[in-house]
Amino acid sequence: MAEPKTKYDRQLRIWGEQGQAALEKASICLLNCGPTGSETLKNLVLGGVGSITIVDGSKVELGDLGNNFMVDESSLGQSKAKCVCSFLQELNDAVKAKFIEEYPEALIDTNPSFFSQFTLVVATQLVEESMVKLDRICREANVMLIFARSYGLTGLVRISVKEHAVIESKPDHFLDDLRLNNPWPELRGFAEAIDLNVQDPVAHKHIPYVVILVKMADEWIKSHGGSLPSTREEKREFKELLKARMVAMDEDNYKEAIDASFKVFAPRGISSDLQQIIIDSCAEVASNSSDFWVMVAALKEFIANEGGGEAPLEGSIPDMTSSTEHYVNLQKIYQAKSEADFLVIEKRVRNILKKIGRDPNSIPKATIKSFCKNARKLKVCRYRLIEDEYNNPSLPELQKYLTDEDYSIAVGFYILLRAVDRYAANFNSFPGQFDGGMDEDISRLKTTAVGLLNDFGCNGLTLTEDLINEMCRFGAAELHAVAAFIGGIASQEVIKLITKQFVPMSGTYVFNGIDHKSQLLSLY
Amino acid sequence: MADAAPPSKSRDLDKLLLRPGNLVGPSFEPGVQLRDDLQEYAKVLVVGAGGLGCELLKDLALSGFKNLEVIDMDRIEVTNLNRQFLFRLEDVGKPKAEVAAKRVMERVSGVNIVPHFCRIEDKDIEFYSDFNIIALGLDSIEARSYINAVACSFLEYDSDDNPREETMKPMVDGGTEGFKGHARVIVPGVTPCFECTIWLFPPQVKFPLCTLAETPRNAAHCIEYAHLIKWDEVHSGKAFDPDNPDHMKWVYDEAVKRAELFGIQGVTYSLTQGVVKNIIPAIASTNAIISAACALETLKIASGCSKTLSNYLTYNGVEGLHTKVTEFVKDKDCLVCGPGVLVELDTTVTLQKFIDMLEEHPKLLMSKASITYRGKNLYMQAPPVLEEMTRSNLSLPLYDLMDKVPKDILHVTGTINKDNKKSSGLRKLRVIFKGIDGVTDMDMAGGA
Repeated sequence: MAEPKTKYDRQLRIWGEQGQAALEKASICLLNCGPTGSETLKNLVLGGVGSITIVDGSKVELGDLGNNFMVDESSLGQSKAKCVCSFLQELNDAVKAKFIEEYPEALIDTNPSFFSQFTLVVATQLVEESMVKLDRICREANVMLIFARSYGLTGLVRISVKEHAVIESKPDHFLDDLRLNNPWPELRGFAEAIDLNVQDPVAHKHIPYVVILVKMADEWIKSHGGSLPSTREEKREFKELLKARMVAMDEDNYKEAIDASFKVFAPRGISSDLQQIIIDSCAEVASNSSDFWVMVAALKEFIANEGGGEAPLEGSIPDMTSSTEHYVNLQKIYQAKSEADFLVIEKRVRNILKKIGRDPNSIPKATIKSFCKNARKLKVCRYRLIEDEYNNPSLPELQKYLTDEDYSIAVGFYILLRAVDRYAANFNSFPGQFDGGMDEDISRLKTTAVGLLNDFGCNGLTLTEDLINEMCRFGAAELHAVAAFIGGIASQEVIKLITKQFVPMSGTYVFNGIDHKSQLLSLY
Repeated sequence: MADAAPPSKSRDLDKLLLRPGNLVGPSFEPGVQLRDDLQEYAKVLVVGAGGLGCELLKDLALSGFKNLEVIDMDRIEVTNLNRQFLFRLEDVGKPKAEVAAKRVMERVSGVNIVPHFCRIEDKDIEFYSDFNIIALGLDSIEARSYINAVACSFLEYDSDDNPREETMKPMVDGGTEGFKGHARVIVPGVTPCFECTIWLFPPQVKFPLCTLAETPRNAAHCIEYAHLIKWDEVHSGKAFDPDNPDHMKWVYDEAVKRAELFGIQGVTYSLTQGVVKNIIPAIASTNAIISAACALETLKIASGCSKTLSNYLTYNGVEGLHTKVTEFVKDKDCLVCGPGVLVELDTTVTLQKFIDMLEEHPKLLMSKASITYRGKNLYMQAPPVLEEMTRSNLSLPLYDLMDKVPKDILHVTGTINKDNKKSSGLRKLRVIFKGIDGVTDMDMAGGA
């Protein structure tokens, strides 16, 4: 086996060849390479991203040696970007690593087009003013952006992308797609051919539960005027009927049928999440629509027509007690229906493409197939501009968080992280950044935080003295362990954004290093 | 305006260690002394030098600790390189503990890391008592269980059955799988120990043999048939070695044949390895997150500079981002962190008879026991030299071997036979000799 594949074996088992290929194509820009930025990149370089560009204008100081693993004694006085870059290169020679010795703030102000060359920008330790500017630049250039900041025992991670659509969301627990509440003719036909009253006990206990449920539901419908069990009493009765069909105590297939009987009672049709997606205005496609929305438009048509209210069949079935023969045949029936649904959708996709003046074959078959297989699990994530959130945070949410015990520290830190930036803009240093004058810093920070809350319209709500003191004690320290945590989270989200697999976080993640009751705040 | 402090490597940590605060631990005494004591006296053991261990060593070395040790029995493999950032391709085959210690010392001056390239069971219990805190970066339940039992064995209870603070050996424990992980703090006697909440780690479900033999339905069934049934049929007596590529290839080929026979899809070489070796997917970012949480808690426990996690943090990054803290409660009847299993003996019972008894004791079920009393080996099953040296004790009364103390703690290590499964384990026993003055019924109340 080739070396690189072996090296990445443990992660290929998570995101597969396609995910890895996406990583290897990605170019990442890092702003500021303190420990938060360096640790974020370290995790991405190990995973094999295509290229990294580090932007930092500072020189390595003695203090950096105490919190950043990517610099050492020999780096003192040298460009931090250069030192971090050369250590990161050591970790993986497949990654193209370069650095630019310049302050990110200057680059944001003087050369905004610089950022458009990247797949994604990781902006660490930026203050509010620069975040807002960079956010506008990246949004305009359609470059993904993620902010990460460590500050004493707190910090935050925030994604900013206009829209991120996920086909392979790969949820941990998701109900399988068996259609026991709405079996199609071939599945019914397959079940009919199997005799539930077969005399051979070995055969009896190897009838797959799917077949048992389809047949028993059919029986029920016939004797109940065409409807499935719906009341609690009826559902209980249905399970009793199943139990009565057992001929021995060790029939796992019947036990599985009883446990899975809720799948017969489940309501038909698509989930509310999927409903939201197909009624999204983006599903009204035009020539500039993304491939994702073109496929959603086709899906919408399918659901309204051939699907009869259902999404295309996923096609895979879970393991269940069964003879090999029954199981393999059952698999084939599900696969055949799934393939048929796919062909319908594919045709609709090609027609839509033609209608909006695009090449009908511009979306590969494999992409449409994956879309169909994952149709029930589609996700669309949208992120507000930082500026909008900062100028206009959702007041009811903010008030709810401030009065909720589980959230109060996290939201307190969220406000204080903004307050320290406002403070720094006024006083040219962060509160408690230098020794001495702590009392004055505390009272100034308090005034600043109160002013901020008033600007939101949150009059009357305050933060605790203890938390304000704590924020001043932090004095803008970048602790290694906190930076490694924040950097870890940031790199994880970067991987999800680039591979377009799994679901990235929404809202702002506020780290609470005091008791680890960190929270995701949705101030949308 | 205040003055800038003189340049110091401790620039950022000093903010936390030198300044007073209100949201801190009860023992927090900020100041230069605290920082210096942390550097000079605090000793932390990192168990495991893999994905979590590499991160932990780096994080601790940059969190004010200067005396670290690391123990790991494994050698570096190519598949480690996507996350175990202290290792390079040319290190493959070398002991993880040694390379990890060397790399961190090269980069963080002033830090001393002692590597131990051996199994955790190879060290005697006293080795572990030397550390202030033990940080666990492990991937096996058995190893966690073992270290937990060792740390809990140091815990002593006073006459009111309250745990004595000076005997508590705190642990931080991390674990990851794909995009998920946990970090926890264990303070024996205060928080639940690993064994109190063992139900959090349900045993892995195995396929029934009759499914493998008669009704295979998926690729994994075909692979396990080749691995667990066909191998023994063909290679009578020769053990299957998962690290031998020829063995793995053989299992793969057999699995492919079986899958073809039954019309089953999906057998690949990669899946074969995954099923046979029970490979758990692992990535750098999750390990970084969990280790950082563990290192931060280690710093907080050692310095009191903030509150500590109480007591179990879970992280899940599969769908969005979820972190959650759960406060689990102690099992008051726990055999491991409780006051110890009470054993009443006659003064005439010999050490041999006592060892035999451990095998039958319903709460212990321990065979091949080695016995230590207050750091002294009374009987050791291995190595042969020690066995020979201690063999003569077997015929002596335990009472005499325990210096005629009427009531005391004994440590026993051996093989625990539980639910038809064997594992190495350590148990703390409270031995009381019958009919000796000073022992009243009161002392025996509250026995485990």
